[in-house]
Amino acid sequence: MVPTPVKIVIAGGFGAGKTTLVGSVSEVPPLTTEEVLTEASTGVDDLSGIEGKQATTVALDFGRITISTRHVLYLFGTPGQTRFWFMWDDLARGAIGTIVLVDTRRLETSFAAIDFFERRGIPFIVAVNRFDGASHYTAEEIREALVVPDGVPIVMCDARDRESSKLALIRLVKHAMTAVPAPA
Amino acid sequence: MSSDVGWYDDAAGPLVRPYMITRGRTPADDERLDLSTQVMTVRAEEDVPAGLGPEHLAIVRLCRKPVSVAEIAAYVNLPLGVVRVLCGDLNDRGLVLTRSPFLSRAKTPDLETLQAVLDGLIKL
Repeated sequence: MVPTPVKIVIAGGFGAGKTTLVGSVSEVPPLTTEEVLTEASTGVDDLSGIEGKQATTVALDFGRITISTRHVLYLFGTPGQTRFWFMWDDLARGAIGTIVLVDTRRLETSFAAIDFFERRGIPFIVAVNRFDGASHYTAEEIREALVVPDGVPIVMCDARDRESSKLALIRLVKHAMTAVPAPA
Repeated sequence: MSSDVGWYDDAAGPLVRPYMITRGRTPADDERLDLSTQVMTVRAEEDVPAGLGPEHLAIVRLCRKPVSVAEIAAYVNLPLGVVRVLCGDLNDRGLVLTRSPFLSRAKTPDLETLQAVLDGLIKL
């Protein structure tokens, strides 16, 4: 029997802890795969700074959680660099939703991710990754600073902690359930 | 560096370029298998027809149990685009079964699926 795959996307700026979160809940150590970008990609991709290359590769980290014999959940960390965001559409298609991981020391790196998923109507929550030594803002301060819409949950988490990461995933699935239209 | 055979390393890139493995083909956009699409081999290896490359056979062997496209790419060490083309070949020949996370483009999981995932996560 072939299980039905489901996906959750872990987004956020470079260094926000995406791979750490994937690793703390995945049943296998995070795997890395690569997509080769060739000329076909350059129409939608800003390759400024690497013009000399004929092809470049984007690394993608992911993990898996066996939910049951019927479902297997994949967690995909988005490539952080803005020039690779065209891949986000591919990752988000058919996904349950997205956790936008926020590093409060670099809030500005999260703006674009929040904007991206909001525009596309993809369910997402904001998870504030509490790094050691980072100042602790309240959820409302984060909401105001990042202009997070009212209906979008904001949770505090520690991406290194399995239980904490698991709770963020649970919160996202619950949030996604509220976005599914009730059957007629 | 005294050896003259050491020129080939990871930094040199793959010895066989990806477009050689797919014979220049790239996946059509609407036929693209998702990264999470499950691939499972449904034929014994001796029943696999001739004419497939070593990369195809590596996938056939790997997918005795269901494996995602992304995992195949990681384990066989090929770019995702190449793996999508090769899995498409195997699918066309009836050598593998595939199951994707959505039936049509942009479809998100239904409530029943979400509830199953929620129950599974809570039990972890």
